[in-house]
Amino acid sequence: CFAPFLCLRPPQIRVKPDRTGVVTDGVKHSMNPFCEIAVEEAVKLKEKKLVKEVVAVSCGPQQVQETIRTALAMGADRGIHVEVSGKDYETLGPLQVSKIFAALAKKEQADLIILGKQAIDDDCNQTGQMTAALLDWPQGTFASEVTLEADKLKVVREIDGGLETIKIKLPAVVTADLRLNTPRYATLPNIMKAKKKKIVNVKPADLGVDVSSRLEVLKVDEPPQRQSGVKVETVHDLVEKLKEAGRI
Amino acid sequence: INLCHLLSTIDMGIFQRFARIPLKSTYIWSLCRQYSTDLTAVDRALIQHRCVHNRGLGASPGNPGAAPPRLPFSRVTQEDLAFFRTLLPGRTITDPDLLKSSNVDWLKTVEGNSEVLLRPKTTEEVSQILRYCNERNLAVCPQGGNTGLVGGSVPVFDEIILSTSLMKQVITFDNISGILTCQAGCVLENLSNYLEERDFIMPLDLGAKGSCHIGGNVSTNAGGLRLLRYGSLRGTVLGLEVVLADGRILNCLATLRKDNTGYDLKQLFIGSEGTLGVITAVSILCPRKPKAVNVAFLGCSSFQQLLETFQCCRGMLGEILSAFEFLDASCMSLLEKHLKLTNPITESPFYIVIETAGSNATHDEEKLHKFLEEVMTSSLVTDGTVATEATKIKALWSLRERVTEALTHEGYTYKYDISLPVEKIYDLVQDMRGHLGDMAKNVVGYGHVGDGNLHLNITSPSKDPALLAAIEPYVYEWTSKWKGSISAEHGLGLKKRNYIYYSKPSEAVALMGSIKAMLDPKGILNPYKTLPDNIH
Repeated sequence: CFAPFLCLRPPQIRVKPDRTGVVTDGVKHSMNPFCEIAVEEAVKLKEKKLVKEVVAVSCGPQQVQETIRTALAMGADRGIHVEVSGKDYETLGPLQVSKIFAALAKKEQADLIILGKQAIDDDCNQTGQMTAALLDWPQGTFASEVTLEADKLKVVREIDGGLETIKIKLPAVVTADLRLNTPRYATLPNIMKAKKKKIVNVKPADLGVDVSSRLEVLKVDEPPQRQSGVKVETVHDLVEKLKEAGRI
Repeated sequence: INLCHLLSTIDMGIFQRFARIPLKSTYIWSLCRQYSTDLTAVDRALIQHRCVHNRGLGASPGNPGAAPPRLPFSRVTQEDLAFFRTLLPGRTITDPDLLKSSNVDWLKTVEGNSEVLLRPKTTEEVSQILRYCNERNLAVCPQGGNTGLVGGSVPVFDEIILSTSLMKQVITFDNISGILTCQAGCVLENLSNYLEERDFIMPLDLGAKGSCHIGGNVSTNAGGLRLLRYGSLRGTVLGLEVVLADGRILNCLATLRKDNTGYDLKQLFIGSEGTLGVITAVSILCPRKPKAVNVAFLGCSSFQQLLETFQCCRGMLGEILSAFEFLDASCMSLLEKHLKLTNPITESPFYIVIETAGSNATHDEEKLHKFLEEVMTSSLVTDGTVATEATKIKALWSLRERVTEALTHEGYTYKYDISLPVEKIYDLVQDMRGHLGDMAKNVVGYGHVGDGNLHLNITSPSKDPALLAAIEPYVYEWTSKWKGSISAEHGLGLKKRNYIYYSKPSEAVALMGSIKAMLDPKGILNPYKTLPDNIH
């Protein structure tokens, strides 16, 4: 599994004139980089014959299918597209997504959910943790190393103080951090094979999930414009300017 | 017989025979059939002779790329410095530490010893500098981003460096016609960024974009990665503002797509490598930024299949094709070894980078996927990957763009930028490998195969005169035999000035000399570059 497909930051992100969000029209959408790492880890586990099947899941409008196909080309076996579009998609957040993932995990009888630690458009870092809580499963977040030991998972986590190693029982939720692996490129022969793999379409209602949001975005603003700096000719001028600005 | 050995023994004899015959004599011109496909021993000897400055030092038959002796220009005096300091306060650099990087080329293969670096901000300042230098008979080396690869952008001796680094204003941009006018010191990448905000792009793109100046690009008629799609600067540059050797300002900065009024003077300056005038402003036609860019990285098991892939590509991708580049397996191993880049596909003898650019993503992706399916199923291509998203596209392009960088870690690089009939391109690499044997550490080939342009690079741990003697003139004779160009896009600069006869007939070179004499009678603009030594 991985977090909803979402928009990659283009060089110029623009706030919508009504300040309710950012402009997403015409912006190239693609797989969240941390989720790519998650897909790569899942495929690696399958190649080591430690897992039987990798199912790629994404929530969103029609374009999401492209992202699922990329995951299939990287080695996932089949895909599930949870269709959420229009207004519902604009307000779709970590809580609704984690409810969807929890419902799917039960339905599919998954043993392991791997997703990116956070989405790079909203930087929430909540979906993995919420999913684990809803399922009452253990969680190994910010994983930089994952090893299967019998029915337990050893996870090395990247934390502020360094690295923390934990052992968690399966079924579990793992969120991928940057150093977990380097995602492979989807090569042409695999892209061709992926076209034949199945992507099943479901709606949130089919899973008994209500995607309405309990949050309201009040406003979105651009960060304050950075003032241009001033060049000075001598050290003396520099000291004067710093005094003027009350810095020394 | 190894011709180099033969020539070095008969050289001296021929020297003595021809030394007394004036070079401009028609007798010699008609004897010499430089442009034939088969060079006879006499032709070769004549070419070699032309390569020598008949005063002795400097360029020799064994090393025509070396500098000739210093011509009798004036030397910079305190009065000169006072003049410059008044004209350009704070922008007249004489500190040797600051001058060091401007005295050495990017490849670190040639070094001058200029004592003065000038940084004008306006065309008027450039005009005053040149007027003064012309009167004083001071030589000037115009310098942009100093990314040239033929030693043309740095002084040979103590020429004054005239830098465009402070002439970086965009003058105008018209978003209906797409015509941009800017000063010559604008960095290419900055112009690209400026245009991209306005939904346009520069018509050229090269690996040096982070440092090169547009004035320098125009002076060398830079080619680059997008030539296949947008054509050369000779078509996209609409106007130039140039300061001539005597300080006259030639304002031909038209912003018109069509203007057939008299001789097209700007074409003289494009590609003249700073020897006919200093370009101070450029007006250039810019294409719209494509809405959809895709890059495919493919592997081929033979050069023949690479060429067939190119034909298929032209047919199936047609108007959306914007780049077709190649690199060989040796390049890939250098990228992996020195820059720690990963090969995204299985190891192959040849790799292709294909870029498509169009206005409709769905349409382009459909065409691209059909093309990829075709080349995969017909086994023209053994493996490949596709990128549609910015970071991945950049990663795939870096496999082609950073080969030059990877080579610098191997020691000394001998670089050859050759234009050939496209089916002969890799034959040169293979013949060179066989010819050099163990003498060279690496012999690699990469480049703009879609334009028939090969970058042949040979490395050795350090400068090796014996290796150089084995490479040259073999590589130039090989090129001349197939009527190719010994410098497809890099220009002649210092290193290749004396090889001009391998690709141009003597009448043409003589006419170039006349034009130079007319525009720069004292020869102060970038001396020792572009034109062969015997032109003087």
